[in-house]
Amino acid sequence: MLDDVDRTLVRRWQAEPSLTVPELAVLAGLSPGQTARRLDRLAADGVIRGQVAVIDWAALGYPLRVSLRVTLDKTVPGTFDAFLAAARDVAEVLEIQTFLGRVDVRLALVARDLAHYQTLYRTRILSLPHIADIEALMDVAAVKADERLPL
Amino acid sequence: MTLDDTDRALLRLLVADAGQPASVLGRQLGLSQPATWRRVKRLQDAGVLAGRRLVLDAAALGFGVTVFLGVKLATKGGVSLEDFERAVGAIPEVQVVTHVLGLYDYRLRVVARDLADFERVLRRRIMTLPGVGTVEANVLLSEERRPGPL
Repeated sequence: MLDDVDRTLVRRWQAEPSLTVPELAVLAGLSPGQTARRLDRLAADGVIRGQVAVIDWAALGYPLRVSLRVTLDKTVPGTFDAFLAAARDVAEVLEIQTFLGRVDVRLALVARDLAHYQTLYRTRILSLPHIADIEALMDVAAVKADERLPL
Repeated sequence: MTLDDTDRALLRLLVADAGQPASVLGRQLGLSQPATWRRVKRLQDAGVLAGRRLVLDAAALGFGVTVFLGVKLATKGGVSLEDFERAVGAIPEVQVVTHVLGLYDYRLRVVARDLADFERVLRRRIMTLPGVGTVEANVLLSEERRPGPL
């Protein structure tokens, strides 16, 4: 089970993932050794799965972000698995989520410009299996994007 | 910024695990530690590497439910987008706010302890936001992040 000290460590670290173990130790009021042991335990228990780099796709020449809301034809068996496997093969897809609700799957993808998006949409997206309906939303601005948990 | 194959391989390694030291990254790429570090620095300076994110098991930390909300503002004319954005961004359970073009005006990613807690957040915090109109909720079942076109 997690105690308050664990929660403090995770909260501080997610707010500033570049912090080192000694810096985190000072913020949590622990020794570096205690901090390292707790972080190791949180990682071993799967609470902290790891750290990933955040890429600014606009800086790499992909300023366009589009969200595709997909409804699948569920009358065919194996619909989800076939669709998800094919979606993973589209390099420009950054996120794949499945839902309970009006939408079955959301794909978030990046593109170089509108012409590139149009090509992707026509050649790679519309050819994905079992699509019953698809709606596209274009990102205008990221108002909040840190994805922190309210610990 | 233009990338060579080594930059792409380095980014792929960092997207999978950003906690690896330069020596470990370098070994996988056939680079020395200083050469690896210089490449990381260059990608940071170019803004390509925008930072790090801690990947947490939300359920293990007590957040069993994640919901994506599509929010449409009620009356575009009289509503200040800044007021809406400031208010929605201040809600701790709202992890992501994206202004979008299409069926909705905003996409929100919201976490809650369970469905009852989500209902509380929706009724007390989201539906009371300035200018909020219709809201569509989709409960997250599974999620994967892909490395992208690297």
